[in-house]
Amino acid sequence: MPASLVYILVIALVTFLVRALPFLLIRRPIQNPRLRAFLDVVPYATLAAMAFPDMVFSTGHLASGLLGFVTAVVVAFLDGGLIKVAGAACLMVLLAELLI
Amino acid sequence: MRGGFHKGMRDAVPVALGYLAVSFTLGLAATKAGLTPWQAAFASLITNTSAGQFAGFTAMAAGTSLLETAVAQVVVNLRYVLMSSILTQKLDRVSPLRKRLLVAFDVTDELFALGVARKEPLAPSYYYGMMASTIPCWALGTFLGAALGALLPKVVLNAAGVALYAMFIAVVVPPARKSRRVLAVCALAMLMSWLLRVLPLFNGLSTGLRVAAVALSLSLAAACWPKKEGSNAR
Repeated sequence: MPASLVYILVIALVTFLVRALPFLLIRRPIQNPRLRAFLDVVPYATLAAMAFPDMVFSTGHLASGLLGFVTAVVVAFLDGGLIKVAGAACLMVLLAELLI
Repeated sequence: MRGGFHKGMRDAVPVALGYLAVSFTLGLAATKAGLTPWQAAFASLITNTSAGQFAGFTAMAAGTSLLETAVAQVVVNLRYVLMSSILTQKLDRVSPLRKRLLVAFDVTDELFALGVARKEPLAPSYYYGMMASTIPCWALGTFLGAALGALLPKVVLNAAGVALYAMFIAVVVPPARKSRRVLAVCALAMLMSWLLRVLPLFNGLSTGLRVAAVALSLSLAAACWPKKEGSNAR
């Protein structure tokens, strides 16, 4: 087996094990209020931390990235629809990049 | 598998399109590691993680040992432990372990976002639907990126690349409008994420580790101060 294939398989296996571990360990609804408070925060903290500042730095220019981010926040505030938010942000970045 | 499958497929179409763009750049990284387009597509088919695969391909290109590469994968993917823990609670109670493990196979940032945004308990069939529309796009984009190289204009890739980030925002903003606690969490998470990325001491952290560090510290803070009436920023 070529070395690159071994690497690919190991990467896949390790990734699966990390993702599967909680499913193997946590089999019941969690009742403990402190643990619940801990878990309640996770989705918002992870998603917010992934979106910013990475979105701003992900494009060719800081200005277009910042514009895309602001557009996404504003459209999400006005409407909340997933497709509209994503589409508006993409369009704004495209326009900004073409003009810069 | 009932209607949930098709609903999941349809709901994940924006993610699938975003994956096409992001995995295209992943394909570029794969060729630098000496992979053929088919090998790159195979890797994407069985792994589905942007940060992890980027780290893996970079390690392969640098000739890093297998053990080091494996350890780095665990670190980069630590946030999935948190996400999977949430999904164990969000999945409907009747699903057997084998179905849960199939869901575990594809715990990605984006499918996690769509999953937690559901009002009702998460049915595995809905999750399978999301997997059915996104995994082929992830593999196809990787293949095209590796095969076609830098044919697509950079401007288009840049614009398409923000779609996934925009989705994260679309998921957190509506609950943040309703709850000051959620708003405070989101604002603090963004502030901390930004500081960790730009401060000299921490800017070597991988994206995955930075996100895990932010989420862990805010979650611990939340556990110390469980929900109170109209609670404010901590």
